[in-house]
Amino acid sequence: MADIAEKARKNPRVPMPEQEPKVRARNFLEVPTGYTMKMAQEEASRCLQCKKPGCVNGCPVGVDIPGFIDFIVQGDMSGAIRHLWKMNALPAVCGRVCPQEIQCEGQCIVGKKGQPVAIGNLERFCADYEREHGTGELPPKQPATGKRVAVVGSGPSGLTVAGDLIVKGHDVTIFEAFHKPGGVLVYGIPEFRLPKAIVAQEVNFLARLGVKVECNAVVGRTVSLDELFTEGYEAIYVGVGAGLPKFMNLPGENLVGILSANEYLTRANLMKAYQYPDVDTPIPHGKNVVVLGAGNVAMDSARTAMRLGAETVKIVYRRSRDEMPARKAEIHHAEEEGIEMCLLTNPTRYLGNEKGRLTGMECLRMELGEPDASGRRRPIPIKGSEYLVDCDLCIVAVGSGANPLLTSETSDMQLNKWGYIVTDTATGKTTKKGVWAGGDIVTGAATVILAMGAGRQAANSIHNYLTLGW
Amino acid sequence: MFKIVRRQEMTGGTVILNEIEAPLIAKKARPGQFVILKANENGERIPLTMADTDPEKGTITIIYMVVGKSTALFRDLQVGDSYQDVIGPLGKATHLEKVGKVICVGGGTGVAVLHPITRGLKEVGNDVTCIIGARNKDLLILEDEMKKASHDLRVCTDDGSYGHHGFVTQVMQEILDAGGVKLVVAIGPVPMMKAVSKITKDYNVPTMVSLNPIMVDGTGMCGGCRVTIGGETKFACVDGPEFDGHQVDYDELIKRLQAYQEEERECHRQYCTIRDAK
Repeated sequence: MADIAEKARKNPRVPMPEQEPKVRARNFLEVPTGYTMKMAQEEASRCLQCKKPGCVNGCPVGVDIPGFIDFIVQGDMSGAIRHLWKMNALPAVCGRVCPQEIQCEGQCIVGKKGQPVAIGNLERFCADYEREHGTGELPPKQPATGKRVAVVGSGPSGLTVAGDLIVKGHDVTIFEAFHKPGGVLVYGIPEFRLPKAIVAQEVNFLARLGVKVECNAVVGRTVSLDELFTEGYEAIYVGVGAGLPKFMNLPGENLVGILSANEYLTRANLMKAYQYPDVDTPIPHGKNVVVLGAGNVAMDSARTAMRLGAETVKIVYRRSRDEMPARKAEIHHAEEEGIEMCLLTNPTRYLGNEKGRLTGMECLRMELGEPDASGRRRPIPIKGSEYLVDCDLCIVAVGSGANPLLTSETSDMQLNKWGYIVTDTATGKTTKKGVWAGGDIVTGAATVILAMGAGRQAANSIHNYLTLGW
Repeated sequence: MFKIVRRQEMTGGTVILNEIEAPLIAKKARPGQFVILKANENGERIPLTMADTDPEKGTITIIYMVVGKSTALFRDLQVGDSYQDVIGPLGKATHLEKVGKVICVGGGTGVAVLHPITRGLKEVGNDVTCIIGARNKDLLILEDEMKKASHDLRVCTDDGSYGHHGFVTQVMQEILDAGGVKLVVAIGPVPMMKAVSKITKDYNVPTMVSLNPIMVDGTGMCGGCRVTIGGETKFACVDGPEFDGHQVDYDELIKRLQAYQEEERECHRQYCTIRDAK
């Protein structure tokens, strides 16, 4: 152990080069610019190649992390990406958006005494290297089984299911309601965290493997689950996410200038409204912007508003810093870019002018009381502490619920009291025969990699069902 | 891609009809439902309620007024050209039920939306009187179609150039005065739907309107289309677009429709400048 401590101290993590905060706060280019080959090999050589690697346990899809890192050390980048692909079809995405600090890197032994190996950065490097220098050679596929599978939703879990089943020899079609595939990867996570060209490449990778993608297909409206069975699909995976925005039901909430984070980010990311008027979708430009909530979606919204030219951007959150659900790195990035954290603060009502436009909001200061059912200390309003905040744009990022569009049209599938689909936890099977579900429509809003983990489990179960009948 | 198979200019080119190949939507769509259309890669997503569908031919029909850049882009598409994206059918279908005497009121391009609903109400056995209005004779659309879809058609023009001289609300009031009306359906500009609802409320006649707020996805994901109905927030794309006209906060809807007015005007101006230069 003394050895490891010594090694970790003498050998710090190779930092990821980043754009300067002042520069990047006003552009939509990716913030971290990526490792060079030399940096990647230097970082890779920090891995101790543990016999019983904790990092692998920390990865929801069980990537053989020491294995792919060893390929980097050897300088075999083709080997590295092929090794990654065995367990993860979307390494360019996961390397960028996974909360590694609570997953693989959180379990890294080097991290116990110093900084953990930068597994996410290395994963990202492999995927980027393959995209820029690779041969385009595809991973091997099993012989065709002739079985057809429909995947509803092209977010992280749907893409994982499609990737897993296509290499197992099944015929896979993805149905996507939007005009572009990728789910939250295209409409939610901003360009500066995950360039859309990379998402398109990852989807294209699946398409080259043979996955068919049908966009503009709203399952539940354009076609129902039962009709998909009639059309000859033998199994269906439902990965439609939790895309129903929550509002706070405060007075004045429908004033012009108050948007859900879903709407704001969809305009900015999917519709590329930050390029307006070169594209046709407009987006409101606030001078003083307030973002309600403190998750990753709130950070993404705040940082987007800053890039669209806001003078001030405030995060308003009713609890304290310790309870903020966003990744630490994202909070850090946001603060570096000039975003102000108004903690222990809760909005009570919105104020508008005669044109029905937002001009400000009233907030109340809070203090922390006893822990509630979730174990977090409950925020309690401080009486008489009301004060006014000037703002002309407010983005509501206080979470999302289950969108009932598909489930309300599917009568024989059990839902829980919040409208999420009930599944068998080990297999992802729903109560409707031949239908699996996973990701946010089962768990409620969670992370990209957890959705991918759910997809992996369901894909294995679907494969068993199609080949063995159970 | 969704090919345009028929295109017709109405009212001197300010209103356009497109019949579009969209077999899956044509098969599923029912009166009152809408589609979202996007012309090209950089285009925005625009909601339009379907004026007609032909499941056998696999086509849907939309009728729209050219009011800004996106509808100008749509206008420039010719037969054989395609919309890049058409999504639907979206929204709830009209609840069609036999109630007896019904008045269907349409204004402007709202008449196009009213058409399949009127026909549906007649088919289920209602006695349907239809009142359609426009500013003048040249702006009137679908007169023959509405005549066929109803038992009795009344036409109004604001300037008296054709039919009754005056507003649709005046004619409606006369029929309401005669009594026995069980339902009013009003579709058109928001001020018109507001005026109709105000009158029918006095007569205590149930009234259904179809709302047209700003939309992005049209599937309940963003809440851009939220409207206040009876004091509660609803998403028009999934809870509507049809609502009880007596419960709608019209003033809020009017203000929300103006959210991007400046951007829309500027965008359209730029597009026209570039187009005219060509």
